[in-house]
Amino acid sequence: MLKIRGLDKHFGPVQALYHVDLDIPPRQVTALCGDNGAGKTVLTKCIAGIYSIDHGEIFWEGRPVHIHNARDSARLGIETVYQDLALADNLDIVQNMFLGRERLRSGLLDEDSMERSAAETLSSLRVTTVKSIRQPVASLSGGQRQSVAVAKAVMWNSKLVLMDEPTAALGVVQTRMVLDLIGRLRDKGLAVMVISHNLNDVFEVADNIAVLYLGRMAVQDKATNFDRQSVVEYMTTGGLGRSSGRPAKEG
Amino acid sequence: MADPLKRAEITDNVAADLTAAAPEAAVAELPPEVVAQSLGEYVRGYVARIRAGESGVLPVVMAMVAIVVVFEVISPNNVYLSPGNLVNLFQQSAVIMVLAMAEAFALVLGEIDLSIGFVGACGAAITVQLIQPATTNWPWPLAVLAGLLFCVVFGAIQGTLITRLHLPSFIVTLAGYLVANGLFLKILLFGPFSGYPNLTGQSDNLHFIYNLMWGTIDPIVSWIGAAVVVAALGGFIWFSDSRRRKSGLVAPPASLSLIKIGLIAVVAIVVVGICNLNRGVLIVQEGVPWVIPIVIAVLAAWTVLLGRTKYGRYLYAIGGNPEAARRAGINLSVVRTAAFMLCSFTAGIALLLYASYLNGMSNNVQAGYYVLYAVAAAVIGGTSLMGGRGKPLHGVLGGLVIGAIYNGMYLLALSFEWQYIVTGLVLLAAIIIDAVSRRGSASGSVTRI
Repeated sequence: MLKIRGLDKHFGPVQALYHVDLDIPPRQVTALCGDNGAGKTVLTKCIAGIYSIDHGEIFWEGRPVHIHNARDSARLGIETVYQDLALADNLDIVQNMFLGRERLRSGLLDEDSMERSAAETLSSLRVTTVKSIRQPVASLSGGQRQSVAVAKAVMWNSKLVLMDEPTAALGVVQTRMVLDLIGRLRDKGLAVMVISHNLNDVFEVADNIAVLYLGRMAVQDKATNFDRQSVVEYMTTGGLGRSSGRPAKEG
Repeated sequence: MADPLKRAEITDNVAADLTAAAPEAAVAELPPEVVAQSLGEYVRGYVARIRAGESGVLPVVMAMVAIVVVFEVISPNNVYLSPGNLVNLFQQSAVIMVLAMAEAFALVLGEIDLSIGFVGACGAAITVQLIQPATTNWPWPLAVLAGLLFCVVFGAIQGTLITRLHLPSFIVTLAGYLVANGLFLKILLFGPFSGYPNLTGQSDNLHFIYNLMWGTIDPIVSWIGAAVVVAALGGFIWFSDSRRRKSGLVAPPASLSLIKIGLIAVVAIVVVGICNLNRGVLIVQEGVPWVIPIVIAVLAAWTVLLGRTKYGRYLYAIGGNPEAARRAGINLSVVRTAAFMLCSFTAGIALLLYASYLNGMSNNVQAGYYVLYAVAAAVIGGTSLMGGRGKPLHGVLGGLVIGAIYNGMYLLALSFEWQYIVTGLVLLAAIIIDAVSRRGSASGSVTRI
């Protein structure tokens, strides 16, 4: 689905990413792990078009593409759910889901049609705990907000959803809710990339795991080829005992 | 596939249990119109919301009743509720109402515009000067356009400084206040009017501007006009609500739609009825003053703009979370600059009404106080100083409260010292109401997460 080859990104004298390769296969959940400062967020923002890349190539469905801004990535079908969710508390769920892409009828907002589509998307993701889709986002729980942000991302025929730390601020029940939601995105045929520190969540939901270490891609492989110990080792040292580039078999 | 399904059900059940555990809090957090399916539920939700400090327009109405009762009792000869004084009260309030609707554009963004009193005064003074038969003698439409254009340009400059250079709106518009105050005094001095260009004289243009406030509509036409407005508005509410009910969208119960329409009809009947009583002392004087439909027109236009267009939606989004708005692809600078232009434009209309009320423009114009009245009116009506919340209707309701106090003090012939003190206290009270209601809702959100 998305293939990145030799991506470099620096900010002034600071090299944030060195020759990063990354493959995000379709219909699978890819987890991007790494310690603080490893470059996870920078890589995400490069894909989302917030940062432009210095060198390297991005292939989307086999074709080389150039992503210069958020609009470019949206056009390809890439949507990002940021850690802070970017929801306006004072607006209701429908208004937030359509923010910036409102539907009009004879110059005025077409609330009925927007509300219907928002309700369809939410029910297709089985987000059923909200009392009313006309309630302001300020009155939602953390998990519900995350669900709204995800629903907002998948409304636009998107093919790849990037999620930055989706469970970081959530309690146990809410985390469960969001992990299930990620599973449902995969079942709907979307590719998902989740940035996470939380290895419990990663192993629960990911089909593939990629680990960044100090701006380099330390390893990327199927989740079943890792165990907790090996991922931690890649995250903290960039390799297994600094000897092998291959992941250890679980066992 | 089966496993996540089951898990989802469990999650949903757990979440449902959590919300069921705190039904009181959940009801209080939500506007009742959102969750209520019947009138009874709606009323219960509303009561819960009032207890939680999120009360909508109810406190304004209660404050209004208290003010009216007090002033009726203490006003000399109980003149407060006489038709003449009530119409006078509408007229005085109209300026504050329109100015408060102007201020709403800045307040929704979480900004403030202190300059609009004198910017509007400049615009009105330009209009009054241009229509003077002794000098330029412009036709009134051109003169009004010129005055409003001045306001829009002034607003554009302030808005550009605030949004492009990231200057605080408080300081920029404070500077604008002083600049506009000086310009206003300069504009007054043009022509042979000794700083008091007025609206008396034989000229259709002068008459037209004078009539904005003092002209009346024939009683029969008033009734017909009111009936048309109520029918149109009521029909719109009824058909859009019932269409939404039929297609299963969030909509108030039918009884509530009817109550809303009934309330609008009652207000229209009361207002037109009062205005159509003979309020003249020596001659017959009756009919709805022009200013009432003017205020309603501004209210309708800005309610549609803020509530039903993309522009309005973006304004609220920026007021609520500028970063979210930016990521949604909204051009923040353009929307915010336009808000300051609309703010000044509306202020131009307000001060034109003021000029009509005063029968001309002079340095007696209390434009500085009127800005504070306007901010207080918007906040009393329910607009938040912190941005993201506010409607043009809030300005109208709050303007009526301020106007009622102002008018009462005037009847009691309170000295200026006392008027200043009361104005200051009212402003303070408005901000306290805003802060307390915000804290009420904020503490609610903490318990939710």
